[in-house]
Amino acid sequence: MTALYQLTDLAQEYDGRRVLDLPALEIQPGELLAVLGPSGAGKSTLLRLLNFLETPTRGNIAFDGQTYTASQPPPLAVRRRITTVFQRPALLNRSVAENIAYGLGLRGVPNPHEQITALLERVGLDELADAPARTLSGGEAQRVALARALALRPDVLLLDEPTANLDPYNVNLIEEIIQQHRAATQATAVLVTHNVFQARRLADRVALLLNGQLVEIAPRQQFFDHPTDPRTRAFIQGEMVY
Amino acid sequence: MPGELTDIIALSLRVTGLALLISSLIGIPLGALAGLRRFIGRRLLMLILYTGMGFPPVVVGLFVYLLLSRNGWLSGLPTEFLPSLFTPAAMVFAQTILSLPLVAGLTAAAVMAVDPNLRLQVRALGASQVQAAWTILGEARAGVLVAVIAGFGSIISEVGAVMMVGGNIAGHTRVLTTAIVLETSKGNFDLALALGGVLLGLSFLANFALLTLQGKTLDP
Ligand SMILES: Nc1ncnc2c1ncn2[C@@H]1O[C@H](COP(=O)(O)OP(=O)(O)OP(=O)(O)O)[C@@H](O)[C@H]1O
Ligand SMILES: [Mg+2]
Repeated sequence: MTALYQLTDLAQEYDGRRVLDLPALEIQPGELLAVLGPSGAGKSTLLRLLNFLETPTRGNIAFDGQTYTASQPPPLAVRRRITTVFQRPALLNRSVAENIAYGLGLRGVPNPHEQITALLERVGLDELADAPARTLSGGEAQRVALARALALRPDVLLLDEPTANLDPYNVNLIEEIIQQHRAATQATAVLVTHNVFQARRLADRVALLLNGQLVEIAPRQQFFDHPTDPRTRAFIQGEMVY
Repeated sequence: MPGELTDIIALSLRVTGLALLISSLIGIPLGALAGLRRFIGRRLLMLILYTGMGFPPVVVGLFVYLLLSRNGWLSGLPTEFLPSLFTPAAMVFAQTILSLPLVAGLTAAAVMAVDPNLRLQVRALGASQVQAAWTILGEARAGVLVAVIAGFGSIISEVGAVMMVGGNIAGHTRVLTTAIVLETSKGNFDLALALGGVLLGLSFLANFALLTLQGKTLDP
């Protein structure tokens, strides 16, 4: 199987400070890779690079057999196969339904009304379809952001702490939706999370990022049961206590 | 002078309206570009726009006068595409230059105030450059409206530029502001005051129309 993403010698610096340094990383089609790591480790930065939202300081990213660099960014059609649900949900100052329709509108999809209704029901927000997005609670906004991404049926779904603001019921709901979506679309997913249990529940493979570096990446079972790096062990246990 | 008065009002509205239309058509995209994209010369452009916001109308009038006059800066160059002095077109030209920096500069400021996180999210959802700019302009619509209103305010009540390049010719280039100056200098204070009242009323109506045009935009 050839990798969907191939990151080579990738580094990202801001103002001369290196926040991400990945000599090599592959992401396989259809897998869910969970990325764990403490605050500031570079997890969100990695997702921005995977979505081609910024260009790396060094190195390149191959996606689906094509290598892209700063001077050769991916065309729009390729970018549109990938989407991110951001850590801080960013909604447009429009109604909830219009937010969910937004990405489809960009692609010229006419009248996605039924699809939107179905998605709203799925995330438990059907009563808020016409509410202005700015009046939503944090958890509601997060669910709208997820629904908006799912509406696009992306080949790659990048999720940055999609359940951070949610109560256990909704965490469970969101996890179910993600699983279902993957089953239905064969989408590849990268899930950034602080929640070790969530990684255990959802991931095929798990990675630990520390200070911008990949400490360990392994299949789920192995990552949790037989971590090779002592820092991984410490991280898992540290998180367990909390 | 009732017939004459309606002519004067109509010309005021036509000149200012056309100048505002042109400066909006150029200034809103230009402001979006300056506010959203990084390019060489962007800082310089912003500096020019912000400086241009405070240009004294008489100075702009002087520049345009020199630009358009037969023996002026452009003499010898093909000037068919430029309006002649002492015509309404020359007044539109001067007022466009006056209002353009306001429209563009305030539009740039408005789009820059939109959450950068949202700008990134819009791109992550698959927006092209143009779609992203359009979306962000929509998010900044209240600020863009203020930009247009400020552009309007700067030229509807302006007298220096229209006087210089228009010449205040009766029945041809006389507008409300130049008529007020003339009547005041002739000592016709009542008429000048009445004209001033008309000007204020027009300004009020135009702003009211702009605000209602945008509907609920300014609701919190
Ligand atoms: N645009 C930027 N400009 C400058 N520094 C940045 C920028 N984006 C991120 N950083 C810095 O890069 C580092 C990694 O940030 P990143 O957001 O990737 O961390 P993270 O692992 O997602 O953290 P968290 O779990 O808190 O979200 C941080 O130190 C952050 O301050
Ligand atoms: Mg983050």
